[in-house]
Amino acid sequence: MTSFHVDDVRIDLAIIRVVGRLNMVAAPELRDVVAQAVKSGKSHLVVDLAGVEFMDSSGLGALIGALKTTRQAGGDLRIAAPGEQVAMVLQLSNVDRILKPYEDAAFRD
Amino acid sequence: MSLPYSSTYTSDAVENKRLWVLRLWVTLAVVLGLNYVVWRWLASVNWSAWWISVPLVLAETYSIIDLGLFGMTMWRARQRSAPPEAPVGATVDVFITTYNEPVDLVLNTAAAAQRINYPHRTWILDDGDRVELRDAAARLDVGYVTRGHEWAGKPRHAKAGNLNNALMQTMGEYILILDADMVPEPQILDLTLGYFSDDKVALVQTPQYFNNVPRSDPLGSQAPLFYGPIQQGKDGWGAAFFCGSNAVLRREALMELGILGYVTATEKAVLGRLKEARGIVRRAARKATDETTRTTLSETSRAISEALAQIGNGEPIGEATYVLQSRLNLLSHDAVTQDLAQIAADLDSLDVGDHDIGINGAYGDEMVARLSCAQLSPVNELVAVQSTVRAIDVGRSDEAQALLPMATISVTEDMATAMRLHANGWKSVYHNEIMVEGLAPEGLDAALTQRLRWAQGTVQVMLKENPLFLRGLSLPQRLMYFSTMWSYLSGFATVVYMVAPILFLTAGVLPVNSYAAPFFLRFLPFMVVNQILFIVASRGLPTWRGQQYTLAIFPVWIKACVSATANVFGGVPLNFAVTPKSGTRADSLQLGKVTWQIVAAIALIAAVIAGIVRLVVLHSEPIGTMVNVGWVLYDLVALSVLVGAVRYRGFAIERGSK
Repeated sequence: MTSFHVDDVRIDLAIIRVVGRLNMVAAPELRDVVAQAVKSGKSHLVVDLAGVEFMDSSGLGALIGALKTTRQAGGDLRIAAPGEQVAMVLQLSNVDRILKPYEDAAFRD
Repeated sequence: MSLPYSSTYTSDAVENKRLWVLRLWVTLAVVLGLNYVVWRWLASVNWSAWWISVPLVLAETYSIIDLGLFGMTMWRARQRSAPPEAPVGATVDVFITTYNEPVDLVLNTAAAAQRINYPHRTWILDDGDRVELRDAAARLDVGYVTRGHEWAGKPRHAKAGNLNNALMQTMGEYILILDADMVPEPQILDLTLGYFSDDKVALVQTPQYFNNVPRSDPLGSQAPLFYGPIQQGKDGWGAAFFCGSNAVLRREALMELGILGYVTATEKAVLGRLKEARGIVRRAARKATDETTRTTLSETSRAISEALAQIGNGEPIGEATYVLQSRLNLLSHDAVTQDLAQIAADLDSLDVGDHDIGINGAYGDEMVARLSCAQLSPVNELVAVQSTVRAIDVGRSDEAQALLPMATISVTEDMATAMRLHANGWKSVYHNEIMVEGLAPEGLDAALTQRLRWAQGTVQVMLKENPLFLRGLSLPQRLMYFSTMWSYLSGFATVVYMVAPILFLTAGVLPVNSYAAPFFLRFLPFMVVNQILFIVASRGLPTWRGQQYTLAIFPVWIKACVSATANVFGGVPLNFAVTPKSGTRADSLQLGKVTWQIVAAIALIAAVIAGIVRLVVLHSEPIGTMVNVGWVLYDLVALSVLVGAVRYRGFAIERGSK
């Protein structure tokens, strides 16, 4: 099972750590977690992908959907610490041209 | 259970023999067709009446190309061998799409969907957002999906939007799509999921069959030739079509399509924005009067060009636009500094004495910072550019969803989606076994609306993403898609085929040099072989209704071409209408729906009378008259299908009266 841990960092910033497979089963769940976070005022989100061993198109789709959700709320979404497979999916799909993966703390600035 | 047209598997030997016989007829028909049309162009166009001769020879050329594409389709129209066994443990979502169909009808389909053998989850996708359907779904224990608040004020994209919305809320590996009236049999997934053991298969389409249509099929609802030889032929060339319902799709393939579409749309939007901004800057630079402004603006334009080049070279959009933004801020700062220096110098030369304007010291720095922040910058164009770059939209804010897996470029999302799947290297399968039964429209009006929508959607795809040019398709795939699009252009040819004989019979205008032996020697063998090919290809299926309708509803085809063109190039809305599933019966003759056909029929009959009169009184050419009368009679027989259509009062009523 995939798990999601949400850590509040600032009033408008939270980190979502995903552990497990970010696939079609987990995608709707991530969507809900993000919607909840944004609803509670966390318009800036970092999705920490270090614990994701596998991501498919649905998982990637959920990340893009999350980017849209945060942008609509006037915030932004960054992704951090993708593993090898996740980085490859990002690269093959060209999504890394829009959603650039950060090494670690994505909202240092 | 035995159903009409259901595939009865023949042995490979028999099937091979049948296919070779068919190919022989295809070759013969194409050769004779070319023989005829080449002779028509080179030797028989009556140039003195070019205004009808040329349209006629063009129409004939259209038909020969149509025949060629049909022949190519038939070349590989063969049955598939039995599918591999369905995998164990696959997850499946069954989607039932509805908009305004009666609740009972939807629930009937949902109950049947629940009885599908293979483990799955059933969902009702209610675009009508009806409380009673939501409650009923809960009672049946099927999922219920409707659009959320994110759709408010955004384009809804009809059925494609409904499906895309549900795709984001469900999680099955495979998705069976059913229209609200399409009642599935329990074995449908057992017989289709096996194909997906090939990792590249994204789609398995099964036939659409309507159980509320009498044997005579007055509205031409069944499409046995399409859901049979034509789809098998397309399948043979690796291009089995997706037809919107009764099909199983692979989620991964759809999501991949959605992501590719998102990246492309975002890149396009960003590049568009940047080019727009560069245009503003260049125009302003040309108008600028002083040297400083001109320099700043041309440097800005250079910075944008460099950003565009970086993106073109594959550098991340985020990076390129971030660098550009920093450079613009710097330029803006410089411009303000220079402006201030200029003002200070002016003041100095006027000898105003102690003034506060200067660029030295803390006060000056603060002023520069204040002035160069967007609103106060003296170079207005820079402001416009800065805000444009800042507003670069990676969230697809004009759409409710970032990902649109089902194509939204056309009112026939199915064809557009399948074409993109094929272009991305996915495969499709046509499984020729009826496992779903639905309802056809029961009145002419509704039937015509449905045909109009299909034709409009197809022409939209042809104009927006022409398969001849779409990257990634194989040549046969291109031709299989193009073939269907080409066939929807037939309305124009039909008009010429009606006008030409009318002109000959009433006024003696001859579009062909002669109706003597050279004509017959080329035309007759072609015509005979053409008909034989059609009979062989259709394998005894009832295809005559389809042939009649292709000709008889020519105004619908023309309207579709015109309205879709106006829509694509002029942004004129199509007035998209959902084909109603019930309450479609006509209770009057609805002659208004076939006005043009009535006009055509009267003109054709009058032409025959005129032709005979001219033959008797003026001794006009007898063979020409005969050919043209024969021609007109064919048109009239085809049009006659509408007599039954306007008098048709629906399936139950028809049966009850017997």
